[in-house]
Amino acid sequence: MTIDLILFLILSLVAIAAALGMVFSRNTVYSALFLVLNFVTVAVFYLLLGAPFIAMTQITVYAGAIMVLFLFVIMLLGAESLVPLPSALPWQKPLAFFLAVILAVESTYLIFSSAQTGVITAPDIAVNSMENLREMAMTLFNDFLLPFEVTSILLLVAMVGAIVLTNREKAGQK
Amino acid sequence: MVKVDYYIILSAVLFTIGALGVLIRRNPLIIFMSIELMLNAGNLAFVAFSSVYKSFSGQIFVFFVIAVAAAEVAVGLALIVEIFKTKKNINIDEMNSLKG
Repeated sequence: MTIDLILFLILSLVAIAAALGMVFSRNTVYSALFLVLNFVTVAVFYLLLGAPFIAMTQITVYAGAIMVLFLFVIMLLGAESLVPLPSALPWQKPLAFFLAVILAVESTYLIFSSAQTGVITAPDIAVNSMENLREMAMTLFNDFLLPFEVTSILLLVAMVGAIVLTNREKAGQK
Repeated sequence: MVKVDYYIILSAVLFTIGALGVLIRRNPLIIFMSIELMLNAGNLAFVAFSSVYKSFSGQIFVFFVIAVAAAEVAVGLALIVEIFKTKKNINIDEMNSLKG
């Protein structure tokens, strides 16, 4: 058992436990914080896989910006601990667990039936240096320039949409 | 020696937990977080394959997925705030009309 595998096992246990805690905790704030823990563990996985730029983006954008937005909305609405109302469909939860088990079984079956042979080697020093970032920027701005620009338009539309949605009453009063 | 299979299995497990969260929770905020978890599981698979095949395309895809997730969260949370303002409640079972 190499140090790689031990690290992977510990981190994956933390990631799965955080995901389960997110789904099953009663308090919404705890859910958000469990999800932050999960995002940070996945960022460490990205570092192990030799993708330092994606790891840092994960921490700043996901764990930083998106989850802070979530926490703002949770506290703004006072939705920390909503009383669970009786569900309209009583058979929904057992059915959901059944479907989740089916999804897990069939995805595991697919993975094992099409066994990948690749082995993740520990990233060497060169991967974590500036050269990696430079290579990635060259790929992004040469081969993926159009998707990059489309993404910027998408972000603009999302920003305008969020402002219009939350500002509707004031616009109507004018 | 970590095989790429392990990462893909972890990704599948996280995706299943996210799907389960979408199905069993009644709070739209938790449902949103579960969707983020599923996107994250997909990203993990992308980066694992990108690392195996020594290609940057997978990482670039993850970059775009993160940007799209940010846009989705901004609009979705604005919608939830607006629904809360009109209905004074964010139970997903009561969101059954398009009229505000």
